[in-house]
Amino acid sequence: MATTRILEWFGRIYIWLLLAFLYLPIIIMALMSFNVSPFYQLPFEWTTEWYASLWQNDQLISATWNSVKIAVITTVICTVLGTAASLALYRYEFRGKKFLQALLFPPIAIPWLITGTAMLIFFFGVGIGRGLFAILLGHVALALPYVIVVVSARLQTLAPELEEAARSLGANQWQVTSRVTLPWIMPGVIAGGLFAFAVSFDQFVVSYFLSTPGQTTLPVEIYAAIRKGFTPEINAVSTIIIVISMALMLLTARFFKFGGEK
Amino acid sequence: MAGQVATGSRSGLRSALPLLLPAYLWLTVAIFLPLSAMVFFSFMTELPLSGKAWAFTLENYAAFFSQGLYWTLLLASLRLGLEVTLWCVVIGYPAAYVLAKVLKGRSREAIFLLVILPFWSNGLVRIFSWAMVLREGGILDTALNAVLPFKINIDLMYSYPAVIIGLVHSYVPYMVLTCYLTLQAIDDSLIEAGRSLGASRLQMLRRVIIPLSMPGLVAGAALIFVPVVGSFMEPRILGGRTGTFYGTVIEDQFIAVFNWPLGAALSFILLAVVLIILAVASPVLRRAA
Repeated sequence: MATTRILEWFGRIYIWLLLAFLYLPIIIMALMSFNVSPFYQLPFEWTTEWYASLWQNDQLISATWNSVKIAVITTVICTVLGTAASLALYRYEFRGKKFLQALLFPPIAIPWLITGTAMLIFFFGVGIGRGLFAILLGHVALALPYVIVVVSARLQTLAPELEEAARSLGANQWQVTSRVTLPWIMPGVIAGGLFAFAVSFDQFVVSYFLSTPGQTTLPVEIYAAIRKGFTPEINAVSTIIIVISMALMLLTARFFKFGGEK
Repeated sequence: MAGQVATGSRSGLRSALPLLLPAYLWLTVAIFLPLSAMVFFSFMTELPLSGKAWAFTLENYAAFFSQGLYWTLLLASLRLGLEVTLWCVVIGYPAAYVLAKVLKGRSREAIFLLVILPFWSNGLVRIFSWAMVLREGGILDTALNAVLPFKINIDLMYSYPAVIIGLVHSYVPYMVLTCYLTLQAIDDSLIEAGRSLGASRLQMLRRVIIPLSMPGLVAGAALIFVPVVGSFMEPRILGGRTGTFYGTVIEDQFIAVFNWPLGAALSFILLAVVLIILAVASPVLRRAA
């Protein structure tokens, strides 16, 4: 069994190498946001001036607000509409149900480049045009399928007998939903909402095609800045974003097991 | 009242409709109608909204098939997708195996979360972080020159390998996730049985473990290949002048050249390619689900 143990040690080392590959660039980027040299030169000298200068950047701040607002509204709409749709798919049998479930996958599987450009064309054609409202329309559509999938997964763990028992005890549909079903699926609903927030807050491609110079989101603003040249300010704002989105996903993981272990 | 769940399918739809309608209406307005509109626009000479005269035409598709450039770029993007997917298999599959079969308990849960965490964080920012590492005078350059006795110049920035590294970094967690799910489902006693019957490690891997985890490999490959073929931001940031791919040309049609009908045709061709690939992969995917 000595070989097995050696192989296992190799495995562990390998995993740590992979983690280094995944995290080192992010850590370096974050460190550079605290470095004095605007040209990323070493030796490293600590400063927070790049973060301070973010507060002076009105364009960036307004884009950040747009991102937050759109993400919050997306979360609320997706959670409500997504939970309702999941309940319908869970409770009722009808023709075309399989088809409706299959319709959830194109928005996830089709590259955002295609979805984004298609939205741009269509919204322009029907007079919605570009801007924050168009971005919101797009974000909700992108995040909805995730919410339905996550909430449906949680609903699978709810025994149908539980709803039936409540009904036979005289509860009406609304009481069954609010007293029995919703409390049970709440972790799934919260996870779905957090997913929706993350999808919207991190979304770049679709926002990029739907934004106008005055009405953009943070990732679009960062992309524009990167293409002009690298500056420590970009590192600073990127560091803030990555910390927020990782914290969000850690929070989501508390409510939703990604590994699907039973 | 208990029979409400089991009632006939027509009344089921009537009760389900009010709950389903808002979500599916939204998806229709923001996803399905736009995709249809894109197909429609791709057959037009001009945008009808700009007040100019327009007509139906096949010109936009003719442009794709007659000008070697678009064809070459599509092939380049497909090749990029293939290379990135292969690297993700090579790097991700062993990691998924170690996670599923070597690590146990809390350390497995924690490391699994660490591996897939970056996947859900901002993709744009992660690509930007590689620019910090790969540029000349960047960390990789400085670190290697500090260790090595001779002077070398590492300037991977704005090159094809840089684009590959960035994309593999972006998508490898997907492969780990899908392979982990199928590997974890393989019963340990099956592996023990094979081993006690005299199969070597390699034989077990080739005859048992890889075939059983095939659905995860295919799912991961499809989920990686499709977005990589349509990528444009990663080649732009890390590839510089060498980073011209099919996706960046589509971006140009909408953002810089304003030839939307041609852009729509190019997008639709990409969509067709993507759908063919998903259709080919779907039998295996369905078995996995």
